[in-house]
Formats: sequence, structure tokens, C-alpha cells
Amino acid sequence: MKSIVLYLHMHQPYRVKHYSIFSVDHDHDYWTDKDWYSGSNNERIFKKVAEKSYRPMLKQLGKLIETTDKFKFSLSMTGTFLEQAEEWAPDVIDSIRKLVKTGRVEIVNETYNHSLSFFVDRDEFEVEVRLHQDRVRELFGVETKVFRNTELAYNNDLAQWAESFGFKGIIAEGWDKILETRTPNKVYRPDGCNSIKLLTKNYRLSDDIAFRFSNKTWNEWPLTVDKYMRWLETAGNQGPVINLFMDFETFGENVWKDTGIFEFFNDLVLRWSNDSNHNFMTVSEACDSSTSEETISMPWTVTWADTERDLSAWLGNSMQHEALKAIYDLKDDVLASKDEELISDWRRLLTSDHLYYMSTKHLNDGGVHQYFSPYDSPFDAFLYFMNAVRDVRGRAEEYKNPKTKKKVKEIAE
Amino acid sequence: MLGWELPPHNSGGLGVACLHLSKSLAKLGADIDFVVPYEAEHNFDYMNVLSAGHVDPEMIYKGSAYISADIEEKRFKQGEAKEMFSMRDIQKNYCNFVEKYLMEFKPDLVHAHDWLTYEAGILAKKNFGIPLVAHVHATEFDRGGPNGGNPLIHQIEYEGLVWADKIIAVSQATKNIIVKKYGIPPEKIDVAYNGFELPKDDDYHYDGSSYQYLEGLKAKGYTVVSTVGRFTLQKGLFHLMRAAARAIQIHPKMVFLFAGDGEQKDQLMRMSADLGISQNVIFTGFIRGKQLRDIYSISDIFVMSSVSEPFGLTALEAAHHGNALVITKQSGVGEVLQSIVRYDFWDEDKLAGALVNIAESPALTHTLQDGIRHEYTRISWDDVAAKCIQVYDEVSKHKRNRF
Repeated sequence: MKSIVLYLHMHQPYRVKHYSIFSVDHDHDYWTDKDWYSGSNNERIFKKVAEKSYRPMLKQLGKLIETTDKFKFSLSMTGTFLEQAEEWAPDVIDSIRKLVKTGRVEIVNETYNHSLSFFVDRDEFEVEVRLHQDRVRELFGVETKVFRNTELAYNNDLAQWAESFGFKGIIAEGWDKILETRTPNKVYRPDGCNSIKLLTKNYRLSDDIAFRFSNKTWNEWPLTVDKYMRWLETAGNQGPVINLFMDFETFGENVWKDTGIFEFFNDLVLRWSNDSNHNFMTVSEACDSSTSEETISMPWTVTWADTERDLSAWLGNSMQHEALKAIYDLKDDVLASKDEELISDWRRLLTSDHLYYMSTKHLNDGGVHQYFSPYDSPFDAFLYFMNAVRDVRGRAEEYKNPKTKKKVKEIAE
Repeated sequence: MLGWELPPHNSGGLGVACLHLSKSLAKLGADIDFVVPYEAEHNFDYMNVLSAGHVDPEMIYKGSAYISADIEEKRFKQGEAKEMFSMRDIQKNYCNFVEKYLMEFKPDLVHAHDWLTYEAGILAKKNFGIPLVAHVHATEFDRGGPNGGNPLIHQIEYEGLVWADKIIAVSQATKNIIVKKYGIPPEKIDVAYNGFELPKDDDYHYDGSSYQYLEGLKAKGYTVVSTVGRFTLQKGLFHLMRAAARAIQIHPKMVFLFAGDGEQKDQLMRMSADLGISQNVIFTGFIRGKQLRDIYSISDIFVMSSVSEPFGLTALEAAHHGNALVITKQSGVGEVLQSIVRYDFWDEDKLAGALVNIAESPALTHTLQDGIRHEYTRISWDDVAAKCIQVYDEVSKHKRNRF
């Protein structure tokens, strides 16, 4: 039996608007860009992606579940995605709920704010994991069993943490430098763990869809279902579990509808299901399917980004380090305030996307970073972010020294 | 080559650009006669410099080559002879010289720099059939600001661009102006960004002697912000002054250096006092040479606040001396640089915010400074010259087809 383990990730950050230094101390709304067409208008972007990707793809996934008994998949969504969906496209949440009710869609856990907290502050990290569990339970009535970290950032420590926290599985990039000659199409045991299973992304087959499908200069373009089925068969001969992990937004947003991506996906699922030697599994089922004790060790951190597969897109320059430090340094004061709105704003600033926008890695060759950035340059991203940090600091300090602040205000008035 | 100035007899970037371009063109095998309007000794082994008249070079660059409003009215005293000249007289004289020259010599083409020499270029094209390449370092729309500039200059500029076989613009922004305002077809215009020459065998070193007062402030934790250029409308300095006041309000340890001179100087000084920041603003007057390079050396941040800047070589000079750059979106040099903060010339809040953030964040400062170091050195005059040769070849082909 050869199994496709399809896992789709849904995420939207709260982008910081063009927040001026002169707004600090009186405008505490960092997220509502008044310019509808601005690259940092979260509402416009969410509604656009909902229209182009979330709605049509969820509809198609629902139809496929109805038409073929074999089809199953896994899904994760960040807390910042869920908040935006509830506000601007509640029907998207309803559609996900319907899918989850069929019992054939598993929800994967991750940090609520899509943060890099694991590498900075372990306590905060656990809080975010629990926040995500709680929100998923509230909205969809299910418990999560498998964990993925932000940007698939993974190392041995993370696997050991996930095991002790009670997860049965964890997800990582199937990067050649780690796997060496081993196949990603097998279930492994993370080094130093006793029970948890490791699923490694087959990045070639995943990226054929996510990154290359619409690339006309690719020598395999156009990608047909026939061709892709042959590649899946070959992969399946190396190991029975083919892990196709990608962004949900691949369908309709990153790869546009007119490329035929929806038809391709539909035909692929139907034809794969037609063969009695083929099926689909959720991530939990994949973990349960193997008794192998073969271990994989990742002593350093591997992610699913860029050709380096490391954290350099988020922590590659000194601005990013400074920004990261500035926001985490506020933790104690912010949490001590018990001001829910302040805490929520602070957590939204932990989202790793803010650091990604500050990357100078590919400044001179444009590329994927600029495409996904709402700002003109990494320096603008830094300016607006740090201005927002200043304001959060001021709000937190107000709780710390309420008297002085009040006095200053009175005098001003 | 028809030009108006060459260092050290230059008032701005035009002379610098002409010099480096000619040098690199000569390396590629070009045989250059360079015509200037004044009389002075230039000793370059890579080209002949020809003087079109007996005018003192001081007159050209201290005069009003760039201040276009009063080219006819403004008169200059000419040394011993006590003769009065206007800019138009000098241009007429320049044309006469070029005409005489062409009766004796027949160059493969004429490369004319800016409106000042276009009449001579047109003459070469019209009367002698010599292909004309018009190089646009600035248009009258850049110099004239919102008032639109001098109609006579517009006319000369327009005719030059129409008669030219090919046009070279120093930035996409300049090309856009030529297409939009003069209706020239875009395919006739190539963009060749200015280069940057790393000083060779440089004996310059910063010894901190020129601006000891500023060194003292820096030791006290002040950030030095500088701008260099003529104080004219085009440079957007009122916006910079207001942004300076806004920035100082949040981060008081900031001092602003306004290096240069021009018609707005008095207004700028008054403005700094009105805004209550005259303690934080320093006017250096017109400076060049070591004093100018010391400005770049002492400053941490360089601002190019231009409302319209075809290129902006001073930004590259500042980058060379390790400044973080903050540049308006309306400046051509910004098209070739990535590690800079860009803002719209009117966006005083963004400029002020950028200045405060750079002053307060070592990481932002270093990322900008390190990034720019990798960028500005890649822009070489040899590449600009190679682009010009391409244009020359195209123009020569035209000529063969036509005649």
C-alpha cells in the first residue's frame, strides 16, 4: 500500500500598518491600515485570499471527501488566521468545521501566533501551544495529536519537548543534508525519543506543486497528472508514506486558478484513489502505521524555507535580532499588566512574518521575500515594527508606574 | 564631447560625471575632443580639452549655470577686459567655436551633455550631418521645480532631444520625464546610471580637524545627519528642516549639517530659528575638497531630500564614507541602491521616524551601512561607458543606413 499524507497549512499574519513614530503613545491600533489598497491592509488581503483560495479550495476538498471514501488530509491554521477569518470571513470557519465533522480531516497543532518562541522563551512557547489547543477545541471540538513548529523549524530538542508534552507525532522538512541517503517516505523516530514519530516532508514532490507548477521555465512544465502519478509511484517504491506538505494558499493564491491547479489537484486525488494499492492517511494515521525504530537526528535547526533550510530568513541580520530581542524583552511587563488587549497585541508582534519582512538576504535579487512583503523594503518593515514596539512598551510601563504616567497626563491636559 | 565643466572647475555633479565617463570611454578606445566654454588648463592624457572662449572658469561655475531663471539678465564681469557677458553670450560663443571646429574636423559623432550644449549639438547634426547623442543629466523640469522652469531652456532642451539620434538618461525617473513632458518615444532613450569611481592612491584621511565642535557632540552621543547640495527648490530642504524639528522632538541628540549654498539659505536659517532648533543645525557654506569629504566622514546619516533629482552622485560619495542613506523616492540614485530608506519628499513624518530609528538602533544603522558598501562599488563608470559605446554603435548603424 502506498499512502499520500497531505497536510495543508493556513496562515495570515497581522501585518503592522505604516505605523508612524508620531503615532506612538496615542494610537494603539497597529493593524488597521486606513488605505484599503495598502500592502499592509489585513482585511483586504484576507478577503482577497479567502475569495481566491480558501473558499474554492475548501469547497473542492469537501466535494472530494464526498465523492471518494479514501480521501483524507490534515490541516493546521494559526491563531492569527482564525481571528481574521472569524472577523472577515466566518463562512471559512464554518467550511472547516464541516470538514472536521466528517472525521477525515485532522487538525495539527502549532504555536498560536506562528512565532519562533521555541528558540527564545520556552515558557511563552508552551503558552502559545496551549492557546492553540484551546482555540481548536472551542471552534472544532477536537484534540490535536501531532505538532508542527512555525516554518517547520525543527531540531532534536523540539522533538523531545513534543514527546514530553504528549504529542504522538511531529513534522519536519525532509532535507537531504539530514536524511543523506535515506528516504523521506518513511516514518522515523526522532533521536533521543521513545514514542513520538517523525514525518519528513517530501520536499521535491511537494514543491513540484507549490513552487514549480506554474513555472513555465521549468523543464517539466506543464506538470500533468500522468507524469506526477509516475513520480509518486517511484517515490512510493522507496517508502510507503509520501508526505506532501504545503501552504494551503498554494491553491488559488500562490498558484493562480488559471494555471489549472484546481483541476490538477482534483484529478490527482480521484486517480490516486482509483488504484486499490493506493490510499490517503492523516498525519496521526501515518504515525500509527509504522513500528519502525529507525532514528533521525537533527542536532541543528532545519526549516522549510529558502535553499539554506535554516532560520537565516528570520534571524539573518542584526535588525532581526534586535527586533526579536526588543519584543521578547517586554514579556514580563506586558503579562504583568493582565490587560488582555495589550497581551494580544504583543503576541501578534511575535509572529515570525514580521522578522521575515526584515530579511536582507535577497535584497539585490528580489525574489520570494519581496513578493511576500507588504513593505517597500526590509528597512521600512523594521521602522514600523519598532515604532509599534515603542508603543507597546509605553502601554506596559503605564501599568508599572501608573502614578507618574497619570500625573504627566494631567499636567498635559 | 560637448560639455560645460570639468573638475576642478565644476560646480556640481555634471563635471564629475563627464570626466569619469570620458576616462572610461577612452579606455574602451574612444578618441575624445572635449569642448568646454571657458579657458583653463586641463591636462588629461586620455582626451584633448578644447576651450571655446576666453572666459574665466570661475564665472561658469560660480555663475548661474544651474540657476536657470535669469540666463539672459544676469551679467558677469570678465576680468581685465571689463566686458559683460551673459550666459547666452557664452553659449553663442560656444556654438561658433564648435562650428569652426567642425569645418576642420569630422568626428564620428557628437555626444552633448545637457541643454547648455544642445544648440551646438543640433548645429553639428543639422549643418554637418554628424550623429548626435544627447545625454540628460537633468531636465529643466528638475531644475525649475513646480514653477515649470524657463521657457527658453525648455525650448532648447526639447529641440536637442528631438534632433538627437539617441538619448541617454541618467535614471528611469529622468527617462520618464523626457517621455511624459517632451513626448519623446521611449525607444529612443536608453538609461545609463552614473557610476562611482573609488578614489585611487588616495591620500585623504579623516583627521577630525575640520569640525572639532561636531566631534565633541558625537562624543556626547549625538548623531550627525548631513545633506550636501545647492540650496534650491529642487532639493526639498524645507521638508528636511521640518522633519529635523520633528525628529529632535523625540530624539534631541541629533545635529543637522546643511552643506552648500544657494538662494534658500537665508530662509533656511530663519526657519531653523522659528522651529527652535537653530542649536542643532549647522550651515557650512559652499565647501569642496577635504572639507567636503570631512562632512561625509563625520556624518552618520546622509539625507537626499530632493523633490526631483535625476541622479544624485553625492549619495554615493556619502555611502563611500560609511553613511546610512535616507533618500527620496524622487531621486534617481535610489533606483540602483537597495540598502537605503526611501521616502516621498513630502513625507516629513516618515523621514523623521527613519532618522530617529537609525539614531536609536545600532542594528538598523549597521545593516544600512554594511549593505550599501556592497552596492555602490558595483556601479562602475566602465559599465556606463560600455553602455555609451553600444549607443554609439547603434547611432552609427543608423547613419550608414541613411546616407
